[in-house]
Amino acid sequence: MSFQIEILWSDALLFLLLAAVAGFVLHVRRHEHLRAPWGRVAGSRMGMAAMVVLAAYMAIGVLDSLHYRPALPAEPGQPVQYSNEVLSVLDALAGPLRTQVEKTYSEPFATHLYAKENLQLPDGRQVRDYPRLRYGGAHLEDPDRKAADIARRAAVGTGWGLGLAAVVWGLAAALLARRRGGGWGQAAGRLVRAPELAAARTALYTVALLLVLLGLALQLATHYHILGTDKVGQDVFYLSLKSIRTGLLIGTLTTLIMLPFALFLGVAAGYYGGRVDDVIQYLYTTLNSIPGVLLIAAAVLVAQVYIETHPELFDTAAARSDLRLVFLCGILGVTTWTGLARLLRAETLKLREQEYIQAAQAFGVSGLRILSRHILPNVGHLVLITVVIDFSGLVLAEAVLSYVGVGVDPVTASWGNMINGARLELAREPIVWWQLAAAFLFMFVLVLSANLFADSVREAFDPRAGGRR
Amino acid sequence: MKGLELRDLRVEIAAGGRRLAPVDGVSLEIAPRECLALLGESGCGKSLTALALMRLLPDGLTVAAGEARLDGTDLFALPERQMQAVRGGRLAMVFQEPMLSLNPVLTVGAQIAETLAVHRQLKGKAAQAEGVRLLEAVGLAPGHAGSYPFQLSGGQRQRALIATMLAGEPQLLIADEPTTALDVTVQAQILRLLKELQRGRDMGLLLITHDLDVARDMADRVAIMYAGQIVEWAARDALYAEPFHPYTRKLFSVLPSARRRGERLDHIKGVVPPLGTAFTGCRFHERCPRAWALCREAEPRLHRVGDGHYARCHLAVEAGPEAETAALPSRAEPRNVTAESGPLLEVQDLAVHFPIRRGIFRRTVGWVKAVDGVTLRLDAGETLALVGESGCGKTTLARAILRLVEPRAGRVRLAGQALDSLRGEALRRMRAEMQIVFQDPFASLNPRMRVGEILAEGLQALRPELGGGERHETVLRLLEQVGLDASAAQRYPHAFSGGQRQRIAIARALAVEPRLLICDEPTSALDVSVQAQILNLLKQLQAERGLAYLFISHNLPVVGYLAHKVAVMYRGRIVEAGGAEALIARPLHPYTRLLLASAPGHGLESAARAPEAPAAAGRGCPFAARCPEALPRCRESDPEIVERQDRRVACHLY
Repeated sequence: MSFQIEILWSDALLFLLLAAVAGFVLHVRRHEHLRAPWGRVAGSRMGMAAMVVLAAYMAIGVLDSLHYRPALPAEPGQPVQYSNEVLSVLDALAGPLRTQVEKTYSEPFATHLYAKENLQLPDGRQVRDYPRLRYGGAHLEDPDRKAADIARRAAVGTGWGLGLAAVVWGLAAALLARRRGGGWGQAAGRLVRAPELAAARTALYTVALLLVLLGLALQLATHYHILGTDKVGQDVFYLSLKSIRTGLLIGTLTTLIMLPFALFLGVAAGYYGGRVDDVIQYLYTTLNSIPGVLLIAAAVLVAQVYIETHPELFDTAAARSDLRLVFLCGILGVTTWTGLARLLRAETLKLREQEYIQAAQAFGVSGLRILSRHILPNVGHLVLITVVIDFSGLVLAEAVLSYVGVGVDPVTASWGNMINGARLELAREPIVWWQLAAAFLFMFVLVLSANLFADSVREAFDPRAGGRR
Repeated sequence: MKGLELRDLRVEIAAGGRRLAPVDGVSLEIAPRECLALLGESGCGKSLTALALMRLLPDGLTVAAGEARLDGTDLFALPERQMQAVRGGRLAMVFQEPMLSLNPVLTVGAQIAETLAVHRQLKGKAAQAEGVRLLEAVGLAPGHAGSYPFQLSGGQRQRALIATMLAGEPQLLIADEPTTALDVTVQAQILRLLKELQRGRDMGLLLITHDLDVARDMADRVAIMYAGQIVEWAARDALYAEPFHPYTRKLFSVLPSARRRGERLDHIKGVVPPLGTAFTGCRFHERCPRAWALCREAEPRLHRVGDGHYARCHLAVEAGPEAETAALPSRAEPRNVTAESGPLLEVQDLAVHFPIRRGIFRRTVGWVKAVDGVTLRLDAGETLALVGESGCGKTTLARAILRLVEPRAGRVRLAGQALDSLRGEALRRMRAEMQIVFQDPFASLNPRMRVGEILAEGLQALRPELGGGERHETVLRLLEQVGLDASAAQRYPHAFSGGQRQRIAIARALAVEPRLLICDEPTSALDVSVQAQILNLLKQLQAERGLAYLFISHNLPVVGYLAHKVAVMYRGRIVEAGGAEALIARPLHPYTRLLLASAPGHGLESAARAPEAPAAAGRGCPFAARCPEALPRCRESDPEIVERQDRRVACHLY
C-alpha cells in the first residue's frame, strides 16, 4: 500500500525539539560538570522510574506524530489519489481500536450496549433490551463466559509481558557485562543484588510493569473495549492513547516557544540593567497583569476566525486542528515566559557581580559573549528545573482550557476534550464514569511521573540540596 | 573538675558507605578564667570540634566517641531538652559572621531579652535593666537596644552578638573566628573586649582562629590542630618561644612580615590532606621535612616535651634525622627594573562618585564619593601596596583604573598613554597591559569552563590573531609558570584547591602579558601556608617579567613583606604614601599609626584605642572624629596632601 508522508506543523516542531534534546544530550556527555548532576538523577530510584514512564509516553507521542495519508484504492490508469484522512503510525498499529466503532456508550469490557434498543428476535418478536456490541466481546458465543475468557487472555498477556521483560533484563545484563567485564551470569547477579545498581533495578522493574500492561492491552483491547466507548462509540482506550500526543505537545512545544523569550529577555535585563531592564520589566509586568485565560481565549478565537476564513490553506481537517494546537502552544508560551524570565533576571543580577565576569570585562570581552559564555551556562540549572516543573502544569492547563472551550480543536483527541465530553454524562443514571476515569488515569500517571522526575532533577541540580558545586 | 574537659572526641560522617572522621581523638581542657586558642588551617576540624561541644553538628555528622564534661556535667549524655538549657546558658558561642548570627527582624534588645527570659527567667523591667547592663559591658550605648542589626556597623554587631551570648552568664564562651570578617582596627577592639570579659567574668574562652598573631595576644594556652588531631599543646609563651612540632614550626616560618623582606618565604610541600584520606603513621609525614621511616609506620602519641608542653611527634622520644637544610631553589634576585621612560602607571586626581538616586524619577540627590581625588605613581617592576579598612575605596580605585567603572574626574596614564580618552578598539588593546587578580579564588573562575578555556579567553579577546595551536601552547606555558600540571587545562575549577585556583587566576591575568597586575587582596581568602606559596609566586613573576603590582591589602605584614611603596587610603583619599620600609617603621599620619598598632601580635595593651568610624563625616578632616591627636583646625578644614621628607601625607599635624 502506498502512502504520502504528511508533516504537520506540530510534527515539525516536535522533531525540532527532539533534535534539540538530542543535541543537548550529546553536549552534556562531553562536559563533566554537566554530566555529574545527571549522574545523580540516574542514581535516584524515583527519578529513574519516572523517567521510564515518561519515555513510554514520549514513545507513544512520537509514534502518533509520524503522519501519512494512505492511498485510496485507485482505478487502473488513474493517478493515485490520497485519502483526506491523515493517519499516524500509532493509528496503523492500533488498527482495530480505531475502526471498531460501536453505536454509542458501552461499559469497559462490556458485551452489550449501555442503552436499550428495540431488538428484533429471530422469531420476529420485538423486545426492548441491551443489544450485543458489534465488536466488543463479539467473538464470544455465550456472553456469560466473558469472565473466563478475560482471565485466559489476561494470563496470556501477562505471560507475554513477563517474557518480554525477561528479555529486557537479559539484554541489560549483557550490556552491563560488556561495560564492566565479567561474565553474563555474574552481571545478571549483580543486577539483581548490587546496591549501587538500585536505580537501574527500579527502572527495569518499571519497564517490566509497562511491558505487562502492554501484553494485557495487546491481548484484551483487540476483543474488548477495555475502557469502554464514548457517546459516538469510539474506543476510549484509543482516544486516551491519542490524547497523549496532545498533552505532550502542549507541555513541550510551549516550552520551546517560551524559552528564547525567557532566556534572552531575562538574562539581558539582569546583565545590562538600566533602560534595558526597565523596558523588559515593564513588558512582563504588563503581560502578567492581564488574566492568562482572557488572553488565551482572545488569541484562540482570533486563530479560529483566521482558520475559518482561509479554508483554502488547509487540505485536510487534521491540518486545521493542528494549526489551532500550535497556536495554543504559542499563546501559552507567550503568557508563561514571564516567570522564568524573572527568575533568570534575579540570578543574572547576582552573577553579574561575580569576579569572573569582571575578569572577562577586564579582558574587554564583548557583552553578548559574556552573556553566552559566562552567564547562560551558569543559569542552565535554573532553566532545566523550571522547564521540567512547568511541563506538568501545562499538561493540566490544556485540560482546563479545553474544558472551558478555548483549548484544542474539539475534533482533536485530548484529555481536556474527553473530560468536557464526560461532563454532561456524569448526571446520567446509571453514571457514565469511564471516560472521565480514563482521562484522569492517563493524565495522572503522566503528571505524577513528570513531577517526580522534576523533583529528582531539582534535587540533583540544586546546589543547596547536598549537591556540591 | 571545674571548667571544660573534652576526652577523645571523634566526629564521624558517613560518605559512600565509609565512615570518615573529620575530628579524630581530640582531647582538651579549659580551666575557668583560661583562654585556649585552637589554631589550625581551614579544614582541620577546629570548627567541628566547637560545634560538637555545642551539639550543633550539621546533618550527617555525629559524635561517634568521646566525652565532654562542663563542670562535671556530661554534655553528650544530656537529653536534648536539658542541652537546650546549657546551650546559650552555661555554654555559649560567638560565630564569625555577626550579620548571619543576629536575627535581622528583631532589635538587639529583643534578642538579648530572649536569652534572659530563657536562661535566667528575667522578664519586664528586670530584663530591661539587665539588657542595658550587658550592652554597657560590651561597650555599646544603652540606646542601641532599640536598633536593628542592619543599623549597626560590623564591630557593633559583633559586640551585640557577644552581649546576647553573655546574657546567659556562660562559664565557657566559644568564639569561632570572631574577628575574621572585621577590619584590623575593629578586630583589636573586639579581641580586647573578649579578653576583658573573660577575665572579669571568670569565663573560660575557647578561641578558634587561624591567625597565629591573634592567638598570641589572646591565649593562655594554645592547641594546634592538623587533620582532625591536636598535634601540639602548650602554654602560649612556651609555644611561641620554642615550637616543637615540625608543622607548628612551618606555620611560623611561612608567615610574611616586614622583617623578612627580600627573603623567600618557606613553604609546606603538598596540601592539607582531604577528608577521607586513609592515614598510616603520622598524619603530617608526607609534608614533614624531618620525617623518617618510623613516621610512615607508627602513629605518634601526644608526647610530653616540656612543662605542660605536648607534641604528637616521634621526635619527642627519638632523635630523627636533621631537616634537610632549607634547600629552597635559589631564584634570580629581583632585577631592579628601573623606569626607562617615566612611570608605568600614573593616576592623577582620580575620582569615582556613585550617584544616590531617590524618588520615582530617580533624580540624583547626592554622591557617594568612593574615590575622591587619588594621585598615585607606579614604576615598572615595583609593588605599590594600597592599604586601608574595608569601604575606603581601594577596590573601586582598582576598578576605575581598569575602566570597569567610569571615573568622574581625573586622569589615568598607563605607559604614557592616557586611558580616559580611549574608546572601543583602542581601549581593548590597552587592556592587555593591565590585568587583575581577585580576592576570592572560588568566585573568580567560571565553574562551567575548563581551566584551558578560562586561560584562553583573554587571548581570544585581546590577541585574536593567534591560532588554536599557538593558543594552546601559551596556555600550557602559563600553567607551567604558575606551577601547575599541564593536565590542569582539561579540568574544571572545582577540582582545585583555593591556592591552586589562585594560581589559575594569576595565570589567566598573565595570559595577555600585562605590565601592570592589580592584585585585589589575592591571599586574604587563603591559609597561611598557601599564602606563602602565592606570595613567592608573585615575587618570582615580578623578578622574571618586571611586572608592576598594585597590591590591595589590609594585611600589614604581607604588605611589609612584599611592597616597595605603600599608600594608605581613608575614605576615598590617600592620607599617607611613601616607601614601605620607612612608612611602616615611622608612620606619620595618625590613621597609619592606628592601623599599625591595631595589627595583632604585639599584645593587646599596646593596641591603640580609637572609636569606630562614624557613618558620615561632616566638614574637616574625615579622620578627625577618630583621631586621638585631632586639633580644633582638623574639624574645620580638610588637610591638603603635602610632601614631608620621604613621603606624602595629608594631615594638619605636619
